[in-house]
Amino acid sequence: MARIEVDGIVFEAREGENLLQACLSQHLDLPYFCWHPSLGSVGACRQCAVIQYDDEEDERGRLVMACMTPVQEGARFSVDAPGAAGFRASVIEWLMENHPHDCPVCEEGGECHLQDMTVMSGHTTRRFHGRKKTWRNQDLGPFIGHEMNRCITCYRCTRFYHDYAGGKDLQAFGSRSRMYFGRTADGVLESEFAGNLVEVCPTGVFTDKPFSQSYSRKWDLGSAPSICPGCAVGCNISPGERFGRLKRIHNRYHGEVNGYFLCDRGRFGSHFVNAENRLRRCGVRVGDEEFQEIEGLEALAVLTDLAGGGNVVGIGSPRASIEDNFALMQLVGEDQFCAGFSSDEAVLNELIVDIYRSGAGRVPTPLEIENSDAVLVLGEDVLNSAPRLALSLRQSVRNESLRLAEGARIPLWQDAGVRGHAQGALSELFSLTVLPTGLDDIAAHVEHLPPEQIARHGHAIAQAVAGVGAEESASGRIAAALKSAKRPLIVSGTGCGDGEVMRAAAAVSSALRHAGSDPALLLTALEVNSLGATLLGGGLGLDEALKRLKNGAADNVIVLENDLYRRADPSLVDAALEASRRNGRVLVADLIETRTTANATHLIPVAAYAETLGTFVNLEGRAQRFYQVFEPRAPVTSAWQWLGEAGRAAGRNDMRWQHFDTVVETCASRPGLEALREVAPGADYRGAGGLRIPRETHRASGRTARNAHIDVHERKTPVDTESPFSFSMEGAQGGAVGSARSAVWAPGWNSNQSVFKFQDEVGGALIGGSSGIRLFEPAHGVPAPSYAMSQTSDEGEGFRLIPLHRIFGSDELSAMSPPVVERGGAAEVVLNRADAGRLGAREGDGIRCDLLSASAALRVDDAMAVGHAGLVVGETFGWLPRGRVVLSRDPDFRSSQELIARE
Amino acid sequence: MSERPLTERIDAAGGFVDGGRYEEMGGYVAARQAVTSMTPQEVCGLVKDANLRGRGGAGFPTGVKWGFVPDVPGRKYLVCNADEMEPGTFKDRYLMENDPHLLVEGMIIAAYAIGADRAYVFLRGEYHESYRALTAAIGEAHANGCLGESVFGTTYALELAVHRSGGRYICGEETALLNALEGKRAQPRTKPPFPPASGAWGRPTIVNNVETLCNVPAIIRRGAEWYQSLGLGEDSGTKIYGVSGRVKRPGLWELPMGTPIREIIEQHAGGMCDGYRLRGLLPGGASTDFLVEEHLDLAMEYGAIQAAGSRMGTGTMILMDDHVCPVDMARNLQHFFAQESCGFCTPCREGLPWVEQLLLDIEEGRGTAEDLELLDHNAAFIGAPGNTFCLHATGAIEPLMSALKYFREDFEAHIREHGCPYRSGPGSAAEADDGAN
Ligand SMILES: Cc1cc2nc3c(=O)[nH]c(=O)nc-3n(C[C@H](O)[C@H](O)[C@H](O)COP(=O)(O)O)c2cc1C
Ligand code: SF4
Ligand code: SF4
Ligand code: SF4
Ligand code: FES
Repeated sequence: MARIEVDGIVFEAREGENLLQACLSQHLDLPYFCWHPSLGSVGACRQCAVIQYDDEEDERGRLVMACMTPVQEGARFSVDAPGAAGFRASVIEWLMENHPHDCPVCEEGGECHLQDMTVMSGHTTRRFHGRKKTWRNQDLGPFIGHEMNRCITCYRCTRFYHDYAGGKDLQAFGSRSRMYFGRTADGVLESEFAGNLVEVCPTGVFTDKPFSQSYSRKWDLGSAPSICPGCAVGCNISPGERFGRLKRIHNRYHGEVNGYFLCDRGRFGSHFVNAENRLRRCGVRVGDEEFQEIEGLEALAVLTDLAGGGNVVGIGSPRASIEDNFALMQLVGEDQFCAGFSSDEAVLNELIVDIYRSGAGRVPTPLEIENSDAVLVLGEDVLNSAPRLALSLRQSVRNESLRLAEGARIPLWQDAGVRGHAQGALSELFSLTVLPTGLDDIAAHVEHLPPEQIARHGHAIAQAVAGVGAEESASGRIAAALKSAKRPLIVSGTGCGDGEVMRAAAAVSSALRHAGSDPALLLTALEVNSLGATLLGGGLGLDEALKRLKNGAADNVIVLENDLYRRADPSLVDAALEASRRNGRVLVADLIETRTTANATHLIPVAAYAETLGTFVNLEGRAQRFYQVFEPRAPVTSAWQWLGEAGRAAGRNDMRWQHFDTVVETCASRPGLEALREVAPGADYRGAGGLRIPRETHRASGRTARNAHIDVHERKTPVDTESPFSFSMEGAQGGAVGSARSAVWAPGWNSNQSVFKFQDEVGGALIGGSSGIRLFEPAHGVPAPSYAMSQTSDEGEGFRLIPLHRIFGSDELSAMSPPVVERGGAAEVVLNRADAGRLGAREGDGIRCDLLSASAALRVDDAMAVGHAGLVVGETFGWLPRGRVVLSRDPDFRSSQELIARE
Repeated sequence: MSERPLTERIDAAGGFVDGGRYEEMGGYVAARQAVTSMTPQEVCGLVKDANLRGRGGAGFPTGVKWGFVPDVPGRKYLVCNADEMEPGTFKDRYLMENDPHLLVEGMIIAAYAIGADRAYVFLRGEYHESYRALTAAIGEAHANGCLGESVFGTTYALELAVHRSGGRYICGEETALLNALEGKRAQPRTKPPFPPASGAWGRPTIVNNVETLCNVPAIIRRGAEWYQSLGLGEDSGTKIYGVSGRVKRPGLWELPMGTPIREIIEQHAGGMCDGYRLRGLLPGGASTDFLVEEHLDLAMEYGAIQAAGSRMGTGTMILMDDHVCPVDMARNLQHFFAQESCGFCTPCREGLPWVEQLLLDIEEGRGTAEDLELLDHNAAFIGAPGNTFCLHATGAIEPLMSALKYFREDFEAHIREHGCPYRSGPGSAAEADDGAN
């Protein structure tokens, strides 16, 4: 540490870190544009200028850029010195020459870093009399708007998009005062992380397009801390709401999970909350008639009725919270409860938990993987199944560059210097996947293999680590690299549907532990609460549950937030639901219409994640609380409330839940779930000054007027009995738990840049600690378990089906978000050229799977192994049979484009 | 007449020196000597002792710079900066067009001295004649065993190639040059790391000006003491001085380092044209501060010019006579510098166009006293070294700052009289420019 002095204030800073970062870590105000905590310094904007003095005697000092100046013991600086302050005002004045004065109509207004820095720097009166430049904007696709006139040429966008996220299609064009940031031509921004431009750009150039279409000022958005429902990474998000409509998703900083960035599934995938096909009424129907709306009480009575007897099966869901699943489990009894995965996936998810618990490797946090200096990816197409991780893996391979820069004594935050010196040197990432992935471009070694061969290869690597097997082979080289790495990482997961692949990953990790290193092992699950639902348990597999219904062993079924057609053999689901409809009741509680709701007898509308609170467990086993952002309109209600009410009405003593916290309390009494109590502040928590935390901002406008067109009396503010948040602007942010705030906002800092005010240090944990609690830790001190290759037979006719995931389209809910629909593609079957030839099919022809009664367009990719077919998971293909399956060319197939063209 | 190691062959040949003539006149003797009988350290030492200073503008001691190259295994680069886009400067072009082998030989010695096995000439895009001359000379040198796998039959290998610039002034700034050479945007790099430690493709790299490198063969052949003795004052060697403006014989001459300005203008350039009086001069290209009458007896050498508040720069001066409007000249220069800004940092990218706009307003009679204040304000904040990312903007402001100091009268007269006293008829100042923008 070094003691430095800034305007007379003496404080400790890390030796060698840059002065800007050191000042911000002290929560001092110092303006900047081009520096970004994750992107480092380049010294382009010149906004962070300060005066540095040589020694005690030096009175004049010289102007330096804080972001480019390493701090050293005894260094003396001034932010306030007139020379520095005047220069910073000048920088703003220069930037304003061409900046349009369109704040009133600019989407960034009210959360604009340029506005903030302008006010902070004190430039007020325009003295430049020249003409302003105007630019033609580009159509960048359904996610991102483009308004180039607002650009201040800070280079952040291309540095994020190109340098950090590996995108190729956004560049800096031109020179001098005619810099242009865009694509060579109009077109969809290709990167899966393009949405971050909205927050990375300090002005309103890159805007959230869906948000623009239904816009509100930041100060009019209500919010509460939430968790992205898009996948198992569990990124922290800030949904913004107004008038009961979810408007947009912003990143919510988490020092261990998502840092400053989200993926585009997360950012743009939440509009399903407002979708047309939301389930908003209770319904009942007789036979094949239309659903008739019924009162909530009537629906509740049905639920209560089912709670009474044992003649029911309850099917939960990995997209519902632990608490919602638990409530259903309580209601129907553990032995009648099924967590809602396909039977195959249940096994895979349990395997994750087993491997984690076994201590085969240290389970890293998602951001921690950025430190890895050698990575082995086994089977998982991370960019499509757990997208945010791919961005972190992209940073991990930069460790070699950082190492080289360190050797050349270039500060690691000096981004251009590091990149220029290291010339893109990469640490080794080995990728063994079914098809090419978005990480192949940074991989040292890539192989495309079917899952069973990936597993075999993985086991061979494990053997080589243990010293058995040829060093010359690829396995030997990979083993050697992992062994010599300081922080090796193995990533695998359930994505390719083969547990043997994960077992091989565990074997490699175990072998590395045996060999004395400390490997990190991260296994990805597919859905937001896959691990939560797994940990909760339940006595019933899905196939078994469906068979019970089909066979009449149970007559009634309660399905919670689950489209069974995506999870089990559709013909089995049909048979089960048909039998149940005949014999009893099919009560489906969901937030959106699915094939399953279409086959129900009773419907109950439940709240979407933004409309309720609950706990999700992410892929590292971290339980995280999401809070209610806004109240859904009755009768839409949280599932745990429906279920709890029913339990109480049925006289169940174990379900006398007044409040959410009681549900948590009861649930936490289950083994392994004890930590649930500590996950996040309960309803009795209070923020600063003992006050509730307001969901609305202190500048929310029109409080007394916004409903006046309906009723001139001001509405009574609802009281939130379940959380510490209020539904008004009263209260105070902050308090002991740093993450318990509805918005980041500090005096003078209206944009998301203000987050540093709430961090221990720049890029560190939020004050009060990183939120969420790991529900389990790997066994310590036990000998590393061994995982041997189990024998599988793979004989027979037809194709082995391999699930393929897509960031836009494979996740059920985000796939219903209109911007994601626009961005996503149609279902596909991927075959090797030889196999396609054998079926007499060409690219684009329909390929039919009789067993699934579905067809999709063929994509030929020679990376797909012969005898295997990749099926893109989504609306068309959900559940896939395990054995070999016959595929054929479908002469009647019409692609969706063709169908549209015909109409 | 004193000795002229840079141009004597050109004069003897009466123009272009082909390969044969070059060898006849002692060509490649120095390179052969260095590569076959000296250690790299000896070569560096000799150049250091000769006190050769960089002719690209900054005057940094060349031998010292070479000494910064770390003794690490792996590839190293020598890059010759032949971008020469400084307005008023055409000395490198003269050397390359007329005596390309001299540069090739200088580069062989320099590359050997720093242990480089790859060398590039980064050539101004418009220098077609230089390109032809250099590529032919490199071909001949290859054929004669002066370049390639085995230089002069030794184990030393060197490849030399010419890269033609896409054409931006900033490509002359050595780190922007390296980015351009690597195929990246021509924006300067942060220092540190300095190129000798981490330059082209992240490897140790020395960037030297054409004229600098052309001095090297003679130093090897004739020794450090001889070279030092060529200079009249503090600095060693000869310098190619140039004069442009309304003199009787504009051109360039190789003269002893430290020749007084007055001698260069009056003797060599033949003095001012009849009817024209000298008002000021930019001693080392467009990016140096004005000097005036009182400075004419100064020696053209690094220290003396610096002490007078300007810079030797490229040593090729631009003269301003009494028929030229200083405001318009400043405007013309700022038009160039604003246009050539790389666009990376704010003060240069946005500040220079504003400065140009203010100058245009003043020149065309729209200027106010406030505009003059704004000009001072902008010049102070843009021009201070360290305020901008690289020295482009610093250089841009040097002539303006000094014009505001020496010719303030003229600026005030424009504002007072709502127009340019030098202009008889109406017409836009900007139209007088080449129209490029
Ligand atoms: C804006 C700018 C333009 C420059 N242009 C040139 C140039 O055209 N040729 C040149 O040799 N040096 C130029 N320089 C100087 C180089 O950066 C560098 O100092 C020089 O090439 C070093 O060579 P030397 O040590 O042999 O002088 C320029 C510098 C700046 C800041
Ligand atoms: S578009 Fe935004 S991020 Fe990119 S350079 Fe302009 S202001 Fe900066
Ligand atoms: S990675 Fe997953 S959790 Fe994170 S933003 Fe994307 S979809 Fe949401
Ligand atoms: S001063 Fe800044 S904008 Fe100008 S050329 Fe240098 S880096 Fe580029
Ligand atoms: S933040 Fe320091 S120069 Fe841009």
